[in-house]
Amino acid sequence: MNTSQGYNFAYLDEQTKRMIRRAILKAVAIPGYQVPFGSREMPLPYGWGTGGIQVTAGIIGPDDILKVIDQGADDTTNAVSIRRFFARTAGIRTTSRTEEATIIQTRHRIPETPLSAGQTIVYQVPTPEPLRWLEPRETETRKMHALADYGIMHVKLYEDIARFGRISTTYDYPVLVDDRYLMRPSPIPKFDNPKMHRNPALQLFGAGREKRIYAVPPWTSVRSLDFEDHPFEVQKWSQACALCGSTESFLDEVVTDDKGGRMFVCSDTDYCQRRRDAKEAAE
Amino acid sequence: MYVAVKGGEKAIDSAHRLMAEDRRGDRNVPELSLAQVSEQLGLAVERVMTEGSIHDRELAALAIKQAQGDLVEAVFLLRAYRTTLPRFGHTLPVDTAAMAIRRRISATFKDLPGGQVLGPTYDYTHRLLDFSLAEDGEPEEAPPAERPVDAAMPRVTDVLGREGLIERNPESDDEPRDLTRQPLTFPADRTLRLQNLARADEGFLLSLAYSTQRGYGHTHPFAGEIRMGEVSVELVPEELGFAIEIADVTLTECQMINQFKGSKEKPAQFTRGYGLAFGRSERKAMAMALVDRSLRAEELGEDLTSPAQDQEFVMSHSDNVEASGFVQHLKLPHYVDFQSELELVRRLRAQGPGKEAAE
Repeated sequence: MNTSQGYNFAYLDEQTKRMIRRAILKAVAIPGYQVPFGSREMPLPYGWGTGGIQVTAGIIGPDDILKVIDQGADDTTNAVSIRRFFARTAGIRTTSRTEEATIIQTRHRIPETPLSAGQTIVYQVPTPEPLRWLEPRETETRKMHALADYGIMHVKLYEDIARFGRISTTYDYPVLVDDRYLMRPSPIPKFDNPKMHRNPALQLFGAGREKRIYAVPPWTSVRSLDFEDHPFEVQKWSQACALCGSTESFLDEVVTDDKGGRMFVCSDTDYCQRRRDAKEAAE
Repeated sequence: MYVAVKGGEKAIDSAHRLMAEDRRGDRNVPELSLAQVSEQLGLAVERVMTEGSIHDRELAALAIKQAQGDLVEAVFLLRAYRTTLPRFGHTLPVDTAAMAIRRRISATFKDLPGGQVLGPTYDYTHRLLDFSLAEDGEPEEAPPAERPVDAAMPRVTDVLGREGLIERNPESDDEPRDLTRQPLTFPADRTLRLQNLARADEGFLLSLAYSTQRGYGHTHPFAGEIRMGEVSVELVPEELGFAIEIADVTLTECQMINQFKGSKEKPAQFTRGYGLAFGRSERKAMAMALVDRSLRAEELGEDLTSPAQDQEFVMSHSDNVEASGFVQHLKLPHYVDFQSELELVRRLRAQGPGKEAAE
């Protein structure tokens, strides 16, 4: 596939990419810290992955193989659109196989297939600030991060327990990175949080509209906030995937009729398809 | 190798073809030309150039045509294009005192050097639909006045400035910062705030400005002067070392004059609110001037009580490309997050008060 005429490799000019790479380097050096960067206006709307796209454009090379997922699936429209953007502007190879990709750009999920050293996962982040719903002002939250003053988040989680008997945050569940910075894992379900901990892959986070980049370097500690008597736990399903039979993956609920009919299937389409292929091959 | 994906790709292509057909409308109706958009929908073109941060009538007209007249979408198209342009310098400040005036009015002085020049305006038109326009009616010609406007048109604020009645504008030779290149941090200085306001959505600024007039951070404004006309834009190329003219642009400038009773450090004097926009964008320039002034509340030691005085609130929400994208991102799939919430709500209900009552 040819690179689109008139645009630089991966759309952004080289100066802009250098600026983004500098922000990424700083982010890697200070795990979990939100680095402001000169986010550009991309030809895709803000809130639709412009941060992830800029990070990917900053690191991608002609030999890279890109996988793009949205909600765990390779074929959701926005994932298709972003994959095409890079196929058009960078002419790179794309794939849906998790282990084949060198860069995985994602919205809302971490693949079920474990990542390996040398891979980079790029998260699209709508709101990078973990304290934002508790304190809307950037001037205040930056101070709290500087002082590692995360009391309000602990109070919020405590109040959940007091009111509901459990922590009622189910996605975008706050984590502490390298025992220092409170970080928002982008709205992945808390089911995926444990995958971030000591992950061999480099994890980069891009928030275009909010103009922030942050990172979790390989093998870094990522701890989901909890209490001794209320340890962190992830979602469980009583069903297995209706297509591949997995009992270990995150399941999406599909409505099959208007009489309460439900079906549960893997949100990670590549994982599900590969399991089905393997089963078929075995039979 | 391009790994085939299911469904999505074909649906996207088809949706875009359908959109293109919708945009064109009835093919028996002649297609709009960019010149028609630029000449006959000029105020739309000028708004899109202002908020799109590119002065180029043809590109703005193209964006408006492509966006079917959706001006926020047209601004977005122009902004995305802007990203691909190299920034090779900055111009000298434009001198609006030397503007070739087409319109100039002051609400603070009945008469003043250069006089009041009404120029092309909808003001004082009675808003009656002109049905002759529905039938290709050509307007009456507007012959030039017998006497041209005065060459010297001093700015009202300069007239007041000579008496020291109005604060002086600070002067600076520093290279202006650019929030499209560097991320915004708070507190932001006035030049950055003005850049933000110049790019801001006109509707958002209009409502904020209106809120200050209704008591949410009142600023006692007078429209000292509104002027519209052409100014020349000059640039000093490094290899030449002297200024050359690169363009003439139409600007609308609004200088609000606001009461200020004085403080411990400053005597009573008038303060300024400033608005500037490409083209004939008077509503935008006036709203901008009001909001600029109200954002100076902290600097002038006024009580901070209202949204229009809060720079983080105003600047973080003024951009319609950001706002439009994020509001509309809610139509992207959120299956996974919603699934997580479903599971939680079911669990909470299983142990909640409704459950006990039923038992």
